[in-house]
Amino acid sequence: MKAIALLSLLVCLLVCVCAAGTSFAGVPAPENPGKNEELDHVSGVAGQYGGLLTIGQRAEPKTLNPVTESDSASREIIGRLNADLIEINRYTQNTAPALAKSWKTSADGRTFTLQLRKGVRFSDGHPFDADDVVFSFALYMDEAIDSPQRDLLMIDGKPMTVTKVDAYTVRFTLPRPYAAAERLFDGFPILPKHLLEKQYKEGKFAQAWSLNTPASQIAGLGPFRLKQYVPGQQIVLERNPYYWKTDSMDHRLPYLDGLVFVSVGSEDAQVLRFEAGETDVISRLNSDNYNLLVKEEPRAGSQLVDLGPSLEYNFLVFNLNDLSGKGLEAVARKQAWFRDLKFRQAINSAVDREGIVRLVYGSRGSALWGNVGPGNKHWVNQALPHPKRSLENARQLLKSAGFSWNRSGQLVDKSGQTVEFTIVTSSSNAQRMKMATLLQDDLSHLGMQVHVVPLEFRAVIDRIFQSFDYDAVIMGLGGGDADPNPEMNVWMSNGTSHLWNLGEKQPATAWEREIDQLMQQQMVTLDYRKRKQMYDRVQQLIADNLPFIFLATPNILAGADARVGNFRPAVLDPYTLWNADELYIRSSGTQSAGVR
Amino acid sequence: MPAERRLAKGVRAKVAALVGALAILHLAILCAGFISPYDPTMQNREFPYAPPTRLHLIDATGFHLHPYIYAWTPAGVGYQEDRTVPYPLRFFVRGDPYTFLGLLETNLHLFGIDDPQKVFLLGTDAFGRDVFSRVIWGGQISVAAGIVATAFTLMVGSFVGVIAGYFGGWIDETLMGTTELFLSLPWLYFLLGVRAFLPLHVSPARTFLLLTCVIGLIGWARLARIVRGVVLSARTRNYVAAAQGFGGSHLYVLRRHILPETFSVLLTQAALLVPRYIAAEVALSFFGLGVSEPAPSWGNMLGELQQYSVLISYGWLLAPAAALFVTSVMYFLLADALHSRLESR
Repeated sequence: MKAIALLSLLVCLLVCVCAAGTSFAGVPAPENPGKNEELDHVSGVAGQYGGLLTIGQRAEPKTLNPVTESDSASREIIGRLNADLIEINRYTQNTAPALAKSWKTSADGRTFTLQLRKGVRFSDGHPFDADDVVFSFALYMDEAIDSPQRDLLMIDGKPMTVTKVDAYTVRFTLPRPYAAAERLFDGFPILPKHLLEKQYKEGKFAQAWSLNTPASQIAGLGPFRLKQYVPGQQIVLERNPYYWKTDSMDHRLPYLDGLVFVSVGSEDAQVLRFEAGETDVISRLNSDNYNLLVKEEPRAGSQLVDLGPSLEYNFLVFNLNDLSGKGLEAVARKQAWFRDLKFRQAINSAVDREGIVRLVYGSRGSALWGNVGPGNKHWVNQALPHPKRSLENARQLLKSAGFSWNRSGQLVDKSGQTVEFTIVTSSSNAQRMKMATLLQDDLSHLGMQVHVVPLEFRAVIDRIFQSFDYDAVIMGLGGGDADPNPEMNVWMSNGTSHLWNLGEKQPATAWEREIDQLMQQQMVTLDYRKRKQMYDRVQQLIADNLPFIFLATPNILAGADARVGNFRPAVLDPYTLWNADELYIRSSGTQSAGVR
Repeated sequence: MPAERRLAKGVRAKVAALVGALAILHLAILCAGFISPYDPTMQNREFPYAPPTRLHLIDATGFHLHPYIYAWTPAGVGYQEDRTVPYPLRFFVRGDPYTFLGLLETNLHLFGIDDPQKVFLLGTDAFGRDVFSRVIWGGQISVAAGIVATAFTLMVGSFVGVIAGYFGGWIDETLMGTTELFLSLPWLYFLLGVRAFLPLHVSPARTFLLLTCVIGLIGWARLARIVRGVVLSARTRNYVAAAQGFGGSHLYVLRRHILPETFSVLLTQAALLVPRYIAAEVALSFFGLGVSEPAPSWGNMLGELQQYSVLISYGWLLAPAAALFVTSVMYFLLADALHSRLESR
């Protein structure tokens, strides 16, 4: 009797082990499209069902809560579990209907009326309607929850209002007109009221949907749903059988049975795993690693894509903050140079951008002379000049600003002080460290003594935003959306990322005042051409006054296993998984691989 | 006995050979400006990650005693030799200026190649800087840091060890308690903390001083314990007791009888410590606590290899590791030989 009991226990255990193992048994089959469902028929997409996709992550995600997340690893997963009302198609960079099948803008540009899809269900089968939308936006705008995204929904410090018109119609009212407001909806996943309302009312929402929450208590509208979380190792997602998109053959998406996110720890580990064929998709590759994979490509047989310039801009910024009363006399003394436009122009003229592109990005990048790079085709000011590097010109500028050179060739200012300053950069970013070393050499030709100080990333951030104890720093910004609106916080004189001079009560200079006006104006102008004119002028002002010395932007480099179909990476984040619902695994040997 | 004497002679020859080899190595590092063809900070931006230049001796017309090279030309991701024009390697050429031994301004280099071509014996790094020149110049900092820190350790360690061992009692207990404290400190975290308190930019000279003090500070405790052990056993010898009985002062007894006992240990320890401290400098620079760019040291040169793609693609950047290995092995062999020589005495 005992033996039988033991045996049955063993069998049970064995079954459990099998279920938890690699076999992906029990994946829900996609539901057949129903009559009452208003599905999104994606044309021109075909694939086949089945298979898992493994993705290596540099860091482990911290949460599955879309309202409180703030790290890219969490976002990568949350984005696959959830869906937005209107999304930005990463490929076309235009907005596309998602959970809202259509929308109307009122004549004054302040009211948006969104028609929701009928018959859509959450991944637990519960129907979705306008209540979920109102509930979700209440969460994002709740001051107590303090979502990192909350600022985006505040216009002039006032929140937008969300009202339910009927079960499938929602109205958003903005305090004032806002250009390209429909782009705002991308990045605000709709959450299930039926699962989260209780916790919200109890004031425990911030703790909801942690990694340890059972999969049955998490549901979303994305192509996948949570299956299993193994701490320190992996997160497994499986198909959402109720997902609201179908392909051109009317088959419900996604094609894949599931996604496996493996946390590997570092960028290099990510490359090693991909090289070994243990992961299927890789993005945010640096040029060195990309070239390494290209070299080995014939053996690995992967599809590697160079998508051209990213939207990120790397730059050198001088500390122009008001330092009175901070006890930073040494820095304050140097600010006399930094404030001199000719000094900044001289540095701008001495920078070897070609060298940076070649040495830092292995020629997989572009030189920058402004905040909008060539990758942002809708908004770049093509008229901005791209002056060639000229040390002679730089010396002339310095001379006309009253600088001179002493006998040992060092640059000295009017009071005889030698020009010497430090450039701080994050030690974890090899690219920016290299830029700093190149810049140091460039500026030594002007007689400037520049010291490069690599610091841990948080220490850099602390110096920029808190203590202001630095001379100059090499940083990067951008990379989110192509639209100018996310740049508001950098260029508005009271913006939170107005790095060169934080916390200005009013614009410190005339050109900053003009930028303020233009940026605010473009935000309420709905016509693209007029907005473009204003943003062109902003770019011109920035290039003329050089609050940042722009350096270069890397190309977006991504790769996938040869078997991955519909792989269409884009220059907007998330670069590779934005169309995870369309990705599929080819049955072997149907397509030849190659570098595109 | 003849066998023993033969052994002693062999050991002596070995010691002489090693000291000679080390002297040559240190002389080369001391004359870095002369031996290296280029300024170690000079960037050749057209030649990032160029592989070592090949020295050719044989061409179509046969064998030549005078080596020559071909220029590298970029080809795809890497480089290839442009075989159209050979460039002879020249000796005693004029090139980048430097100060010889900190005294003499000169621009004479042991070897070089006609402008505008370059010879990279050990290839170039990410900025097209000559790795050979950087290894030689970097040795100045790394090896000097090792030697100076060793001297520091020897002084502090032997002083504390002798005092503790000779006087004993509460002095001994206090001093040995301190050494235990030093031995148990988590040094790496301590150092990272120290770096956070330093000003943003520390001049290379001060960094060097700091490095040596820090390394020496870490090491003295172990040496002090060893010396104390030797002194403890020497103190109980009859001749020491006799000297004390005849009214010899502490200073006299220490100088005449105790200190000579520790010399052999100190000598061996020194030969062991130098390579270990060079490696410590490498480790500290690797963590960004050492000499900062663009000045080379073996440690900050190896720091570049933290990136997987660099490690796997550009093997010649391991040159500082090879230099460290060779130097260490020579020192360790010397320590070994010294040890066996002193044993056989």
